[in-house]
Amino acid sequence: MPILSVIAQSIFIPHEAVMETVKNCGPFGCKEVISINHEATSELRAKQPLGRFSGLEIYLDRGHLAISEVNAAWSSSDSLSQFFSRLGNLPFYRAMGFTLTFTFVVTPFVIILGLLIALAVNSLHARIRGLVIFFSLLPFVVTPLIGALVLFWMIDSRGILGTAVQWLVSDPDLSLKASTGLMWISLIVYGIWHAAPFAFVIFYAGLQTLPMDQIEAAEIDGATRLQRIRYVVVPHLMPLVTFVALIQLMDNFRVFEPIVGFNAAAHATSISWFIFNDLGGETRQLSSASASSVLTIIGVSILLLPVLVRTWNDFKGKT
Amino acid sequence: MSSRARKQPLGLQILIYGFAGLWLIMAAFPFLWTAWGSFKVELDFFSIADWTYALTGERTKAEYGSPFTDAGYKGAWVQESFYRNVINTFIICFFVVCTSLTIGTLGGYALSRSNYRYTFILLITALIFRAMPPITLVAGYMLPFFQWNVWGLMPTTIIVLVAINQPFTLWMLHSFFQNIPKELDESAKVDGCTQFQAFRHVIIPVMWPGVITTGLFSFLLAYNDFAVTAMLLSEENRTMVPQVAAFLGTTYTEGNIMFAVASVVSATAPLFILVMFFQRQIVSGLTQGAVKG
Repeated sequence: MPILSVIAQSIFIPHEAVMETVKNCGPFGCKEVISINHEATSELRAKQPLGRFSGLEIYLDRGHLAISEVNAAWSSSDSLSQFFSRLGNLPFYRAMGFTLTFTFVVTPFVIILGLLIALAVNSLHARIRGLVIFFSLLPFVVTPLIGALVLFWMIDSRGILGTAVQWLVSDPDLSLKASTGLMWISLIVYGIWHAAPFAFVIFYAGLQTLPMDQIEAAEIDGATRLQRIRYVVVPHLMPLVTFVALIQLMDNFRVFEPIVGFNAAAHATSISWFIFNDLGGETRQLSSASASSVLTIIGVSILLLPVLVRTWNDFKGKT
Repeated sequence: MSSRARKQPLGLQILIYGFAGLWLIMAAFPFLWTAWGSFKVELDFFSIADWTYALTGERTKAEYGSPFTDAGYKGAWVQESFYRNVINTFIICFFVVCTSLTIGTLGGYALSRSNYRYTFILLITALIFRAMPPITLVAGYMLPFFQWNVWGLMPTTIIVLVAINQPFTLWMLHSFFQNIPKELDESAKVDGCTQFQAFRHVIIPVMWPGVITTGLFSFLLAYNDFAVTAMLLSEENRTMVPQVAAFLGTTYTEGNIMFAVASVVSATAPLFILVMFFQRQIVSGLTQGAVKG
């Protein structure tokens, strides 16, 4: 059967790709290190392909995990906050810090905003709904980089939102781009703006399957509007909330385009940007990039582990 | 719909309409603003003197005699030959969609008809690929591509995009084909069709809704991708999105940021049309995953 071979291929091509990355990272690491040894003294070691041991060095150097610097910071810092501020000076931890902050701030806001929009749209008049959904989809469907640019131009101190903010706080010199904190906030606002439609569409679809009789029963029992939402609607949507949270965790963890679009690298770097920066540019530090890639993959798998375990259990339960 | 539970007091209704209106403005206003501003000169779009200039186009009038100008578009499309990037984008999108749909329909159909349960493997692969930043995969591809001297070519990028996209496509089509009853092709086989004939004459006519939805999503992925295309394409093969990023690098110094604004608007226009026509499919595609997962 020709189809069978297609199946085999279609499953295995992506699998191999994953394996390839992981495997290649070993050789990448060793190559870099070998060349350093070559400069130092011997060609003997260069001929030996022992990438594994020296390969780890790149993980531990200043650009990545920076074990020795972390240790130094830990032992020399008096308080935790001082330790963290020192940690923030190391590029990898800075990227990690922003990525995690972004992920864990954006995700809950997206869920709440999406739910509110879905509830509002659901009670709109049916004729306007189509229009609202159409415009709501735009921020989600549009290319992330382009969406980021569009917003970036608006929050420019000469753009409309930038001027509005200046007027609000009555400080004509305020620029959102200049300070780290404000830049983080605008990136997070972008993240929410970009992802809220996704949550909205999912929740909206969930609201269509809302059991009417339960709501009516709740009303007969004297539940107020808010209570009905709290005790009937939200539990009904709970599986969807988990789904959206999962997808959003994954999506926000790989935040990348807005940083390029907002030109925000000086203030906020995400892990993806960190890798991109290594790959691009003049030097093309492949080994460094792949070391961070492996670290990212480990990070993602830690993030996803609970979900994977749950899916596995579900699956075993089904069969 | 007129059940008592759905009746709302006036105050609440106003609140709801107000909120929905606010969201509508939030969602649509940036695009309208940028589209409007792309016909202005830079001093209007980023107006220091008065923000209303961006609406009325005072400077544009002073410079070109009318409140609208196509200078930005001309600069981007003619001077910087943005059309090449547009063509590249559509070539890449076309081939990515075709390839992944071909593999996806055949593979998804076969998977859904086989007795062994591939669902879990598929789901996990799709999930892993969804979770991983594409840039981490690109890091792994770079070195072999340099060695084989295939870096910067469009077919390479197409293959990478398809590989990243494929598990997701397969999973989506797989769950779609499972909704097509097995009896359909079984009865075709009873009538004397071979397996392939059953697929060709019975399944293909009914599979289009699912294929279109999946195709839309792989199109969006290829169209919106920045990390892979920016890294793997040489300058003359660039697609639109990396080109816009490149505009920022080169034109910011020239003070001609309007090229970038114009090209951003041009790149958004196809998406706008896409959403207009395929809104239903996009929504159903998004929700399909949620209901199944």
